[in-house]
Amino acid sequence: MRALIAGIGMAIVAGPLGCFVIWRRLAYFGDTLAHSGLLGVTLGFVLNIDLSFSVFVISGIIALLLLVLQKKTKLAGDSLLGLLAHSSLAIGLVIIAILTTIRFDLMGLLLGDILSVSMNDILIIWIGGGILLLVFFFIWKSLFAATISYDLAKAEKMSPEISNYIFTILLAGIIAISIKMIGVLLITGLLLIPPAMSRNFSNSPTKMVIFSIIGGTFSVILGLYCSLYLNTPSGPSIIVAAMMLFILSLFFKKGLNIVN
Amino acid sequence: MKKNIPLVKLNNSGVLREKKWLVKGISLEIYREQIVTLIGPNGSGKTTTAKIILKIIEPNEGKVELNTKKIAYVPQKINIDWAIPLRVIDFMNITSKLNVSSIMDNLKLTGVDHLLYKDLINLSGGEFQRVMIARAIAKRPELLILDEPVQGVDFNGEIKLYNLIKNISNNLKCGILLISHDIHFVMSSTDHVLCLNGHVCCSGTPQDVAKNPSYIELFGEQAASSIALYKHNHDHTHNQDGSIKT
Repeated sequence: MRALIAGIGMAIVAGPLGCFVIWRRLAYFGDTLAHSGLLGVTLGFVLNIDLSFSVFVISGIIALLLLVLQKKTKLAGDSLLGLLAHSSLAIGLVIIAILTTIRFDLMGLLLGDILSVSMNDILIIWIGGGILLLVFFFIWKSLFAATISYDLAKAEKMSPEISNYIFTILLAGIIAISIKMIGVLLITGLLLIPPAMSRNFSNSPTKMVIFSIIGGTFSVILGLYCSLYLNTPSGPSIIVAAMMLFILSLFFKKGLNIVN
Repeated sequence: MKKNIPLVKLNNSGVLREKKWLVKGISLEIYREQIVTLIGPNGSGKTTTAKIILKIIEPNEGKVELNTKKIAYVPQKINIDWAIPLRVIDFMNITSKLNVSSIMDNLKLTGVDHLLYKDLINLSGGEFQRVMIARAIAKRPELLILDEPVQGVDFNGEIKLYNLIKNISNNLKCGILLISHDIHFVMSSTDHVLCLNGHVCCSGTPQDVAKNPSYIELFGEQAASSIALYKHNHDHTHNQDGSIKT
């Protein structure tokens, strides 16, 4: 039950952010932030601070580092992302190996673990998620204009660079609050698959966001149900449920085309 | 009246990229109710100049004085990803907040009101340009910057759109910067022409520029003579029956 409340909170935030991840082709960017999340978790253990907070800080730093590096180096964007993603993941794993004193549930970190969700985590997800959504709502217009055309948004005074930075921070935020539930490896799936499904029903941006939230919530409910009864890890179960909804949506789209 | 203050003023501006000047020494002013046209070959810095004015690019040299915040921009090209479900009605509002009826009014001006609920990615090149122009007009700007606005529009539509642009400058009392390689329009209703090729080759009224040797060198004799075809010579007047007054 706790896991369900936490999971739904997570899906509601992931929906709108995920739409922008798809629209702006940031799938691999999200992956990089998620990978760096593992480093965040280990540092959280080492320094004995709240894990969500340390993940948020590390992912945020990696994101900003990436934006700076993109301007400074001539390395292609995807190579740069891979470099940061795997470096931070590797550093995280090395630190875990060194820390023999702490027992570590590595699988739980990589794939998510509903049993570890505490009352505290629910609070973090709902309060943190609420703040993320509030900020998101505030920058929506500017971010959307920047997504359509940076130049247009810049010319017509929509401050696209600021909303780009804030959006990056928001992504770090959603990763921080969902890492326990869904794990480092699969967070991007939660960000991508519900919006990809929702694109098949939507003819406007707002609808796509709404359907993403609904799709994500369904995935969480279905996934956690399976996880509970089949004793499968929560992260993969949620993603498999999301994928099945996506496949269903393809048939729905085909039907829609025939009707039209 | 603020009419004497230029909406925008570029003073000896230049943009340096990879140790090469994309443009250098550009000076220009745009006033209300004035149409300024930039012409020049590909890669001559027309779009770069527009981007300096719009503050998309910071010039490495010289400065930009922008005296209005009501700016609308029609970029040369926008690529919209399939993943973004975007109808014309949504696109019209990406930087403004208009109700449906005023969106319709502006789409009517460019003759594309029937496309209101169409997906943007399904429009033809010409339809898309018209929607982009409608979106810019809808902002009721004081400064309107159009980067090759009629590309992909058929010949008849092109003349209509150019007339529309002329009307916009009269009705909205705004300044217009037009980037064009369409020399005909340049000749018919522009107040001031700048001929670019990394720097300002020549500038002045359309008639002056057409006679300028560096313009003829840049565009060739044929372009220069096709201007002559279009230039309306007011060196004679007509009688009621159409014969020339002597």
